[in-house]
Amino acid sequence: MEEALVRAVLFGTPILLAALGALLAERSGVVNLGVEGIMALSALAAFAVALDVGPFLGVVAGVGAGVALALFLGLFAITLRANPFVAGLAVAALGLGASGMLGKRYEGVPLQKVLPEAPLALLALLLALVLHLLLYRSRFGLYLRSVGENPKAADLFGVNVEGVRYLALGLGGGLIGLGGAYLSLAYRPSWTDGMTAGLGWVAIALVILAAWEPLRAVCGAYLFGLLFFLQFRLQGSVPIPSEAFAAMPYLLVILVLALSGRSRAPKALGQPFERGR
Amino acid sequence: MRLELDPAPSPTKVALSYGAFLLLALFLLGFLFLAYGVSPLRAYGLLLSPLLDPLGLAEVARRAIPLLLIGAGLSLAFRVGFFNIGAEGQLLMGAVGAAYVALFLPPGPYTLLLMFLLGGALGALWAGFAAWLRVRFGASEILTTLMQNYLAYYLVVYLVAGPWKGQFVFGFLYTDRFPEVARLPRLGDTLVHWPTLLLGVGAALLLHLLLFRTPWGFSLRVLGENPQAARYLGLKEGRLTLLVALASGFLAGFAGVGEVAGIHGRLLEPAQISLGYGFTAILVAWLARGRPGLTLLTAPLLGLILAGGDALKLAFSMPFRVVDVVAGLLLLALIGAEAASRHRLIWRR
Repeated sequence: MEEALVRAVLFGTPILLAALGALLAERSGVVNLGVEGIMALSALAAFAVALDVGPFLGVVAGVGAGVALALFLGLFAITLRANPFVAGLAVAALGLGASGMLGKRYEGVPLQKVLPEAPLALLALLLALVLHLLLYRSRFGLYLRSVGENPKAADLFGVNVEGVRYLALGLGGGLIGLGGAYLSLAYRPSWTDGMTAGLGWVAIALVILAAWEPLRAVCGAYLFGLLFFLQFRLQGSVPIPSEAFAAMPYLLVILVLALSGRSRAPKALGQPFERGR
Repeated sequence: MRLELDPAPSPTKVALSYGAFLLLALFLLGFLFLAYGVSPLRAYGLLLSPLLDPLGLAEVARRAIPLLLIGAGLSLAFRVGFFNIGAEGQLLMGAVGAAYVALFLPPGPYTLLLMFLLGGALGALWAGFAAWLRVRFGASEILTTLMQNYLAYYLVVYLVAGPWKGQFVFGFLYTDRFPEVARLPRLGDTLVHWPTLLLGVGAALLLHLLLFRTPWGFSLRVLGENPQAARYLGLKEGRLTLLVALASGFLAGFAGVGEVAGIHGRLLEPAQISLGYGFTAILVAWLARGRPGLTLLTAPLLGLILAGGDALKLAFSMPFRVVDVVAGLLLLALIGAEAASRHRLIWRR
């Protein structure tokens, strides 16, 4: 029982970090469908740097790669006002593809210095709290939410809409990158192509399930973590094919989407901001 | 410095913008090739190498077949704002349907017809489910269709590793070979299963006529361009969305039937049935800009990239994922160029 809870938290941590990153961007009105690719690329960046330099700089590299790829998405979704959904999917493909290509030489290489999982899990929990305080107790949070709800009004009050959105998307990318680094430096700790295994998509669904609230995302992430643990544990001990267990998280995401499809999203979510229109 | 809307960009500006973004994509791709440790110029050469010989062209054509079928359906779906990202899963479901008919129903003159019908129906079911979830519960089809890809993937893995595993195969994950009546004829020694190709060409033309020459097509176009006007006209948004989703799923199912009946002759691991056709077809449809007829041009173009990716894989033992990189960069370049040409840069605030 105790083991189950610990494993649930440890496995829920990358989902939580990625979901917090997606949530931060979405509260400012920017949809980030690139999570899966951002996570994969930052997992690779973290692993490569950790192997050559050290685990702490590895984490920094993971976060940095996450920020960079998220800002790259921002170039299309915010500045150019291209279709943010398509741009996000393209970034997901780009991140997955580039990490698979560049990571080939790291496949199967063992990591000497492994990061402990528990402190990072605690950090993730702390970050959720910080994000909650940032959103609801700070001036920046007020700006961020107003940009996500009514960018035109925020603009009239002198808020730099695009700047706030870039900041939210970039910081969110850093959180997603931290999730990727956690995967390749602490949880696994190794690099394999496709190691994110759909966690990024689960995170995006979790944002909807959590109704765009960081603290609810914590509960949701640990719930998913528990389910993944049960899948792992029940495999082989019950007469159900392992593929059914493997498919369970995705089925769950569909269920979540159906149940919370019309829940309240930020009003300007996915709408590019165009001054004077 | 800021960007402002430019409602009527000049053709020169549009061309310049597309040229600049494609160059940027090529540059980034070259950078990745360098990082992988191969000369970018050689890699680009290999990417285009299938154009140089008949066998290479046949490879392009073979890959264009599923892209054409899926792309034609998707261009219709995107037109009405149904972002079907799940063609990959719908293709796999089509393959499952085809394999069921081929392996478990008594072979006869109608075997191939039944394979296409059941395969198409399963593909349509897969897409229709996502459309129903959106119409009924408001669930984003981008995410549900994507999740269904994974479900179809694991279903196929389960089937080929479990109940449908071949009796005469040892250690491999695939079914027995389909009987001869369940195989599609090919052109000479190539892998071009021409009946499916004809189906694809027919589907693209038919959908094009449907969209631009019939009242039903008109209502689809209204729904896509101005949903509010569609509501005033009393169009049934939900029903139209569902029908378009069914059509695109049906065609993706056809593509799956073609792959197993025309190329592999058995159901096998999902990653071998579809070489990323579902995702690549998104590009086919996006490039065709909502005109199903145009997929006749864009499908071979993306087929070339897939065939070129194969050449890269063979020459540099590069992971096939390189195709994702090319597709992702190309997609970004296209939407970026489109968006950039709609704006102009203002240097003062």
